Amino acid sequence: MAVISNTTTIIDAGAISPATAGSMNLIKSITASSSGTITFTHGDNGVIFDGTYDVYVFKFINLHPQNENVDFHFQVDTGTNSNFNQPIVSGATIPYHNEADNASGLDYGTDMSQVGTAFQGLLDNASPTGNDSNGGGSLTFYSPSSDTFVKLFAAQMFGQGHGDYFAAYKTSGYVNTATALTKVRFKYAGGNIDSGEIKLYGVKG
Amino acid sequence: MGLISAGATIFDNGVLNHGKMTFIKKLTASSSANLTFVDGASSVVLDGTFKEYMFTFKNIHPASNNVSFQVNFRDGSTAYDAPKIATFFDAFHQENGSDSGLRYDAGGNTFDAPGTGVQVLNYNMGAENDGNLGGYLTLVNPASTTFQKMYSSSINYQYLNTYSIKTHADGYCNTAAAIDGVQFTFSSGAIAAGDICLYGISG
Repeated sequence: MAVISNTTTIIDAGAISPATAGSMNLIKSITASSSGTITFTHGDNGVIFDGTYDVYVFKFINLHPQNENVDFHFQVDTGTNSNFNQPIVSGATIPYHNEADNASGLDYGTDMSQVGTAFQGLLDNASPTGNDSNGGGSLTFYSPSSDTFVKLFAAQMFGQGHGDYFAAYKTSGYVNTATALTKVRFKYAGGNIDSGEIKLYGVKG
Repeated sequence: MGLISAGATIFDNGVLNHGKMTFIKKLTASSSANLTFVDGASSVVLDGTFKEYMFTFKNIHPASNNVSFQVNFRDGSTAYDAPKIATFFDAFHQENGSDSGLRYDAGGNTFDAPGTGVQVLNYNMGAENDGNLGGYLTLVNPASTTFQKMYSSSINYQYLNTYSIKTHADGYCNTAAAIDGVQFTFSSGAIAAGDICLYGISG
């Protein structure tokens, strides 16, 4: 059953229309299960990543890698392209502290900063050491469908890496293209995403 | 009355079933020794209902001068003593413009290695009338009985009437036990005024 009010579709096919829902709306949740990549593509499987919202937020819950000391990263693409090699300019700050309490500090994240087309780091040297280790956080895109501006992004991530280290990864930058983005891909630099969830929200302005 | 569309429950029992940021509880300080959120008490939800929770701080004002705003978590008992490992850094700028910078600040090992003690969220906060702090703390999947519990905070405040400081305290509760209570205090004296709101991020 659909609910239509004054010609506006409020509810249909088991979902509330994004145009009529709240200010921050869940668009899509994908659960990893030994997944090589997780990709959100506008128009596929209910994913919205266009001008419907001005701001999109990905949230990462209990990401757990298959392999030891691997980076978790993302890239984007435009139109129907699927090379995931858009130009990115980025920088990162990383406060860190180990459980042994003999090393701590604040670094500029050289390994997570780039001017290039590589996958952009979100977590550095993530580790599956111990079943309880995991990473999480959020990645925000601002107006990814703009055909005028470069596409700004900001990530606030945290997790266990380099063995028994906690680190917070505060990465931001822009995709240096005026072309609208249509898809975002996440993966580890090696091995699968053993488990975890990635959720995409749209935020109304 | 409920509404079901294509087999999916849209709303039932007065609850709209849709992914969003849901307001759960607001606590307003009034010379309060602490502000505490406990799952199941006073309509607080802090369990597996949401995968992420966010606390927001608005105009938090201490009763005493030169104090730290702090948080702790409970992990299976009534004590707020979950083991933690953390990082702490801040950006600062003096009101007279003579000093500014960015620094990792261990606070003599108390800010970034709190153990089972409180997690400091800011420091040397003044109690002048217009002094206050604002910001947020997120807590990821506190009901998990598998993973460590990641938390991340960011606070803006006035340092002893002389600096604007932005602090970042991030860490994890190093336990697989579920976190079901969160308590906010000042290091000395009461929370004179201010609001803390708890939201759940669903989906």
